[in-house]
Amino acid sequence: MRAPRVLIAKPGLDGHDRGAKVIARALRDAGMEVIYTGLRQTPEMIAEAALQEDVDVVGLSILSGAHMTLIPRIREVMNANELSDVPIIVGGIIPDEDRESLRALGVVGVFGPGTSTEDIKVFIHGLVDAKGAS
Amino acid sequence: MGWWMLKGQANPMETLVQDMLQGSRRALARLLTHIENGQADEALKALHPHTGKAWVIGVTGAPGTGKSSLVNTLTKGLRAQDKTVAIIAVDPTSPFSGGAILGDRIRMRELSGDSGVFIRSMATRGSLGGLSRATRDAVRAMDSAGFDYVIVETVGAGQSEVDIVRTADTTLVVEAPGLGDDVQAIKAGILEIADILVVNKADRVGASQTVRALRAMLELGHPSAKEHLVAHHGQMMTVSNHTPPAQGAFWNVPVVQTVAIDNKGIDELITAIQSHRTFLAESGTTIARKTRFIELELRERLQEALIQRLTQVVPAETFKDIIEAVQTKQIDPQSAVVKLLEITYNQP
Repeated sequence: MRAPRVLIAKPGLDGHDRGAKVIARALRDAGMEVIYTGLRQTPEMIAEAALQEDVDVVGLSILSGAHMTLIPRIREVMNANELSDVPIIVGGIIPDEDRESLRALGVVGVFGPGTSTEDIKVFIHGLVDAKGAS
Repeated sequence: MGWWMLKGQANPMETLVQDMLQGSRRALARLLTHIENGQADEALKALHPHTGKAWVIGVTGAPGTGKSSLVNTLTKGLRAQDKTVAIIAVDPTSPFSGGAILGDRIRMRELSGDSGVFIRSMATRGSLGGLSRATRDAVRAMDSAGFDYVIVETVGAGQSEVDIVRTADTTLVVEAPGLGDDVQAIKAGILEIADILVVNKADRVGASQTVRALRAMLELGHPSAKEHLVAHHGQMMTVSNHTPPAQGAFWNVPVVQTVAIDNKGIDELITAIQSHRTFLAESGTTIARKTRFIELELRERLQEALIQRLTQVVPAETFKDIIEAVQTKQIDPQSAVVKLLEITYNQP
């Protein structure tokens, strides 16, 4: 079985990337290939990296509260780049009341503070397996 | 016959190749994934006639010398000349989990949004042979996609990584001041593969010493002199040159100083790359060099294929028995290998 390829990106302007790095490392230790793009990524940069790296899933870390602005834009740019089949997951500070709206935008997983890295790992493996089966 | 025929659809791999040749970046990305997974033999067969147009630049050097930043700046320089550039950035796979963090894009963020650039990160994954095969095939895919330059960047830590960049048309070995003395440079053996030596971070203390040490090292390897005069404790000493004489023309490896993050020395580097390209063409060594690389590649692929065949035809039980026979001193390791080969060849 091949290693899942995951893009971990931090869109927007907050400069707090510790969470993203912890996740990147946990996923590496779970046997995944993690493409880490660093801070302050624009939606265009994220879509471009996802396309060139042919990732199975895009993981976004957002702590600034701008998720309802950034995520629709990222989804839109990804769809415009033939990436509508690539799922998005989000980690960070996401209020409960936004979860439903995010799901409607095609965000398949939302992971708030306190999520165990094990849960995220299992979730991603599930996504990749489902994709492989279809 | 595949499932697509049952559904009356086109062969998906053929479609992918056609889309890629027509400029689809998504198709190229997909194809690179198939190549990495060793599932692109059909596609590569179809692509082969389309290869050979790109100039391949290999970039290697110790961790921390600034390879990714240099690739970033070099690419900007080539883009300024209206050349398209594809980049393969190789990072190590963790031997413990099989996972990897591929972070070279962080240093290349200035290249984003440019449709004349395509960056792909690759993990070294498990096998040495697998990596060099995947990298070479990825270069072929990018080449046939029409890029003018393909840059392959690897950490020059192991033989496999060195082998990969060594088959480039022009190989850059990147050094930086303060990363060990000149003995390190001889030890690693990567100076010998350099067509151009780059001293990056040349604004740092010790840069001129690094440049001097590298130049001295290069002079020792130059075939023009059978013996060298070397200043040693105030005396001139004669040192004989054991490097075999090169056939025909000799390329003088230049030492180029750069400060990649400040865009310094990049024009000189591009000029050096172009001079190397011109030298290879005018001295008629381009073909000889390519022939040598093809031979090297075929040997590697053959090795891999033979081992694969061996594991296919020799039952695991038999292999275990032979290991045990060596352990209990019934046969020696070399006889065991001969025996394994016999089994392999006697299979239809």
